[in-house]
Order: sequence, then C-alpha cells, then structure tokens
Amino acid sequence: MVEDVADKNPQTPTLSDLFFSFLKVSLSGFGGTLPWARRMVVEQKRWMTAAEFNEAFSLCQFLPGPNVINFAMIFGSRVRGITGGIVAVVGLVGPPIVTMLILGALYQRYGELEELQRILGGVSASAAGLIVAIAVQMAQPVFGTASWRGPLVVAVVFLAVGVFRVPLLWALVVLAPISIALAWRWPR
Amino acid sequence: MKDDSTILITLAIHFGILSLLAIGGGNSAVPEMHRQAVDVAHWMTDREFADLFAIAQAAPGPNFLLVTLIGYSVAGLAGALVATLAMCGPTCVIAYYVGRTWDRFRDARWRIAIQAGLVPISVGLIASSGLILSRAADHNWIAFAITAATAAMAYATRLNPLLMFAAAGALGFIGLV
Repeated sequence: MVEDVADKNPQTPTLSDLFFSFLKVSLSGFGGTLPWARRMVVEQKRWMTAAEFNEAFSLCQFLPGPNVINFAMIFGSRVRGITGGIVAVVGLVGPPIVTMLILGALYQRYGELEELQRILGGVSASAAGLIVAIAVQMAQPVFGTASWRGPLVVAVVFLAVGVFRVPLLWALVVLAPISIALAWRWPR
Repeated sequence: MKDDSTILITLAIHFGILSLLAIGGGNSAVPEMHRQAVDVAHWMTDREFADLFAIAQAAPGPNFLLVTLIGYSVAGLAGALVATLAMCGPTCVIAYYVGRTWDRFRDARWRIAIQAGLVPISVGLIASSGLILSRAADHNWIAFAITAATAAMAYATRLNPLLMFAAAGALGFIGLV
C-alpha cells in the first residue's frame, strides 16, 4: 500500500479533467469500456492506485446497471462530489449517444437497403458470437470450482430467461434470493 | 400526441426498471430488452433487434447504448433520450449513495453472500443473451458458423472484435449469409 501511495498523482482532478478524461475513454472503448477507464485512471493519470481501482471495481460489479457508468459516477463523486460524478458520466456517454443517434437515423433511412441488410446479417451473427465468448469466459471460474452451487444457478437462469423467456423481473425475484441464500449457507 | 407521450412513459418505466435488474452490466439486460421490444411491445422484428445490437457493438462507447438505438427506432430523438436517461439515471443515483457507504459494509458477510450469489445469475443472463442473439441473427448455417467462429476467436485470441465484424460483414456483403 505504502509504495502505491508514493506513486499516486497528488493532484485532484478538476471537473474539466474529469469530463475530458472520460470523454477520451468513451471514444476508445470498443468492446467494453471499463478496461480503458482502468488504463486512464490508474496507468496514465495515476488518480487511483491499482488496489483502489480493484476495490471500486468490485463495488461496480456489486451494483446493478452498466458497470462503467457506475465507475464514472463513483470515481467522479469521490473526487469532486455529485457534480464530479455527473460530469464524468456525461463525458463518458455524451459522445457515444450522439454517435448512436446518427447511426439510428441512418439505419432508419437506409436499413432496408439490400446491401446493408446483407452486411448487417454477417455482422450481427458475429456480434452474437462475441457475447457467447464473453459468457464462456465468465462461466469458467464458476464451473471451475468443486461447488455445485454456481453451475446449478447458471443452468436454472439460462433455462428460465434464455430458453423459456420468463420476464427478468420474475426470474430475479425468485432466483436471486435463492442464489444468495445458497451462497450464504455454502460460501465455498 | 397522446400516443407519443404514452410510448415515452412506457420507455421510461421499462428501461428505468431494467437498469436496476441488469445484474453484471449491460449485456445482462439483453434478454429483457429483446422480450420487451420484440415479443411484448412488437416495436421491431427479431432481425431489426439483431441489427441494432450489431450496430451498438460495432460503434465506440459502452455496449448498453443499445437502449439509445431502441428508443430512437420506437419514438425518434425523444425516445432515444428518454430510454438512455432511464437506463443511466436510477443506477447512477444508487452508485452515488452506495459508493459513499461502501466502506461500512464491504467486509460484511451478507454483502459477500449477495455478491457471490449474483455472480452465477449474471453468467446465466449473459449466456441467455448469447442464445437469444444467435437465434435472432443465425438464419442459415453460414451465419451460425460465423457466430461459432467469432466466439472461438474472441475466446482464444486477443484479436480486435472489429476485425471479426469487418470480415463477417464482408461475407454478408458477397451474399454468403
């Protein structure tokens, strides 16, 4: 910890630092933005030590909603209060929202074009594969332990939400307390 | 006009609740977005949903901005802004308050049990996203092969996904998909 602190940038980021840094993260974030946020905050600006980042990251995973939004809010509000949190979030999502609006308008106008349909047919098949890979990567630590708890919950959620298309709210109201109770009773 | 405001309220409520249910991040929310947009509200076809998901993945920025595209296609600019705000707002408020009190309970046994219990749920949800998106996008065996090949490459290599998307788009363009 001590050598970590020595490495840290002593300057607290200003609001415009926050805005432009998260803006830059948002524009580099292809395929997941959080690794870029880590690179910016820990390696480039040294506003957080690696240990502090890991701590904040586990909080972001604990919270519902998009992880990177949670991270921007938590980091921004820690250094500059609620305004800092909002400024970081706006920097992070502002430019991509504008991009999405343009792409959405283009899709609405040209989405029916035969050539575009063919291209998107290929890209959407590929994009689905990317999510499959993320699911497999995330499943590995769960299935890698001797415990039956994790694999059982994964299988039940997959059947309920993926196969039988149960509304997410009902699936979570029933399954989340059960899964948490199992984790409480059998921590290992 | 009345229809417009009804649909904006539907978007706000739906995505506002969804932002609190998205355990493990934006990709966990895809099954519910698909259920609402395609099966329940009939805002779009399976194919359009798959297209919008692909666009959100290929564009820079967080992937959950699929909500912006869904909102736009349902109710134009206002729909896009309402859907995006609904998806970010509640989670930001919670992040702000929990972030300030985290130190008090981060080592508590109940906190650790909640997190340990939610991990396999988010894995199940993201696996569901993979299944739903594959079903929406894969209408023939070549599309299925593209899904499988992308999954294998993304899993085994650190190749930029955009290169895979470009290759898949090229295969589609020459009429193979």
